[in-house]
Amino acid sequence: MDEDPRIRPAGDQALLVEFGTEISPEVNRRVQEFSRRASAHKVAGIGEMISSYCSALVYYDPFLLSYSQTTAWVKEFLGSRPAEEETAVPAKEVPVLYGGEHGPDLAFVARHNQLSEEEVIRLHTGQTYLVYVVGFSPGFTAMGIVPQKIQAPRLASPRTKVPAGSVGIGGVQTGIYAVESPGGWQLIGQTPLKLFDLEKDPPSFFQAGDCARFYAIDEKEFKKKESGIRIQAKKALGPVS
Amino acid sequence: MIEVMKPGLFTTIQDQGRWGYQAYGVGIAGALDPFALSAANLLVGNPEGAAGLEITLQGPTLKFQREAAVAITGADLDPKVDDQSIPLWACVLVPSGSTLSFQGRKSGVRAYLAVSGGMDVPRVMGSRSTYLLGKFGGLEGRALRAQDLLPMGISSGNSRDFVGRSFPGELRPPYRKNPTLRVVMGPFDEFFSEEGKKRFLSTPYAITAQSDRMGYRLQGMPITRQKKEELITCGLANGTIQVPPNGQPILLLVDRQTIGGYPIIATLIHADLPLVAQGAPGDELRFSVVSPEEGRQAYIRLWGNLKKYKRSAISGQPSA
Repeated sequence: MDEDPRIRPAGDQALLVEFGTEISPEVNRRVQEFSRRASAHKVAGIGEMISSYCSALVYYDPFLLSYSQTTAWVKEFLGSRPAEEETAVPAKEVPVLYGGEHGPDLAFVARHNQLSEEEVIRLHTGQTYLVYVVGFSPGFTAMGIVPQKIQAPRLASPRTKVPAGSVGIGGVQTGIYAVESPGGWQLIGQTPLKLFDLEKDPPSFFQAGDCARFYAIDEKEFKKKESGIRIQAKKALGPVS
Repeated sequence: MIEVMKPGLFTTIQDQGRWGYQAYGVGIAGALDPFALSAANLLVGNPEGAAGLEITLQGPTLKFQREAAVAITGADLDPKVDDQSIPLWACVLVPSGSTLSFQGRKSGVRAYLAVSGGMDVPRVMGSRSTYLLGKFGGLEGRALRAQDLLPMGISSGNSRDFVGRSFPGELRPPYRKNPTLRVVMGPFDEFFSEEGKKRFLSTPYAITAQSDRMGYRLQGMPITRQKKEELITCGLANGTIQVPPNGQPILLLVDRQTIGGYPIIATLIHADLPLVAQGAPGDELRFSVVSPEEGRQAYIRLWGNLKKYKRSAISGQPSA
C-alpha cells in the first residue's frame, strides 16, 4: 500500500500526484496528509492544490518552476514524510431532515435495499464518515464509505436542480450539495446548515480529511435551524440605519 | 458609472480569475482569453489584473456617464463610439455621455473591454470575476442585463495620457481560424488505445454548439479506449481534455468543475488558451504534442510580450 506515488504531468502548469487507484480511507488519508503538509510548507512557486480521492493536483508558477523542478520538490517532500502523527479529528455533526420533499429518493433507497425508511436513516446516522473530497461545485462534500445495506446507484439521468443542503447517496458514497446545482445522487434528506458561506474563510464548512456524522431532526427543528441561519446572516450585515 | 442600454448576448465582468479556493470546489472563472484582457488593461493604464468586460459574439450598448479611456482587444465585433468606428488593441477616449456599441462580428468570439480605473465591483475571495455556477462575483454572479449600472474605479493617472497607444500586432497571440493547439499528453493517456491517440493527434475536432466557459464539446473521430476501468475522480487543470464514453473529447475551461472522473487524454498548454477563447462553433481544432517544459517556455514567451509592451509604453517609444 505504501508504494511510491506516481507523478503525472497535467499540462504545463500543474502535475498530479497519484497515491493509489482506489477509493479507500487508507489511500485518501495519504493524499490528505500530503496536501496538508505541503500546503503548510509551500516553497515559492508552488500554487494551490486540489486533493481528491487518491490524488492531489499541484499547480506551479511557470515563471518560477519547471515540471522537473516541481517533480523534484514533490519527491523530496514525500521522502521527508515524518512518522505518522495520527491526530483524531472530532466529527462535525450534520442535522438532517430525512425523507418527504426534503429527501425525495429515500423511499427508492429503502425499496432498492429491501429496508424500511427508518432502517435507512438508522444506518445512515449510525457511523462516522471520512470526507474524501470537497469539490465539483462550491462546497460539495463527498464522504464514505456508506454501509453496504444502504448503497444505491446514481440516477440514470441527473436532476438539473438539486436544492442546497440536500444529502444524497451515490454508490458507496454519501454527500451534501452545498449550493443549488445539477446532481445525480439519490436524495435522502436535507440539512438546514449553510455549508458554503461567502462570508467565511474558508467558505466551505467541510474540508477534505474531515470526519462527519449525521443525525436526524424533525420539521420543527429544521425550520428553527434554518431561521437561526437567517438571523445570523442578518446580524452579519450589521445594523441597518 | 456606465449604463447598460443593451446587455449583448452574454457579457460578464472578469479579471484574471479567483485562485486559491479550488480545494473548496470554487472554480477559477476569469477571462477565457486572459492575455487579451491583460493587454486591454495595460493599454488604458490599469494593472493587468483589473476587471473588465468579456463580451461574447454580440456586443452590448454602453452609455458612459463620465469620460473614460477604453481599449477593446480579442475578437473584432466592430466597435463604435457614437457614430465613429474605433480601432481594436488601442486606447481610445470615450467622452462623457457617449455610447459604445458593437455593429457585429467580423472575427473571433470574445472581445475584452477595459476602462480606465477598471470595473469597480466588490472582490469576492480576492477576485471580481463572475462565477456563474456559484452565483457570485462580478455583478451578482450573473451576465449583464439592460439597465445595470457598472461602477468604474478611480484611475491612478491621467487616463488621457494613454489615448492613442496601441498594442503591436507582433506582440499579440497568433489568433487564426482552425488553429493547431499544443497539448501535453496525460495525465491519463494510457486509458486510450494507440488508434485512439493517433486519431486525436492526426484528425480535426470541430467545436460544437454545446460550448461555453465551462468547456467546449468537440466532435470528430471517436477516441477509443483500451483500459476499461473507470478513472477515479481527480482535480482538473485548466485546459483538461477529458473523453467520456462516447469518445468525443471535451476541452475544459475556466468555469469547469474542480474535479472530474472521465479519463484525461491530454491537457492544453496555457499559451494556447487565447486561441481557444476565439474559436467559434464549427471551427476545427487540431492537436500537436509538446513537453511540459516546451509548454512552459511558450507561456513565458507569450506573457513576456505584455512586459515588452509595458517597457515600450514607459519609455515613451512609439509602440505601433
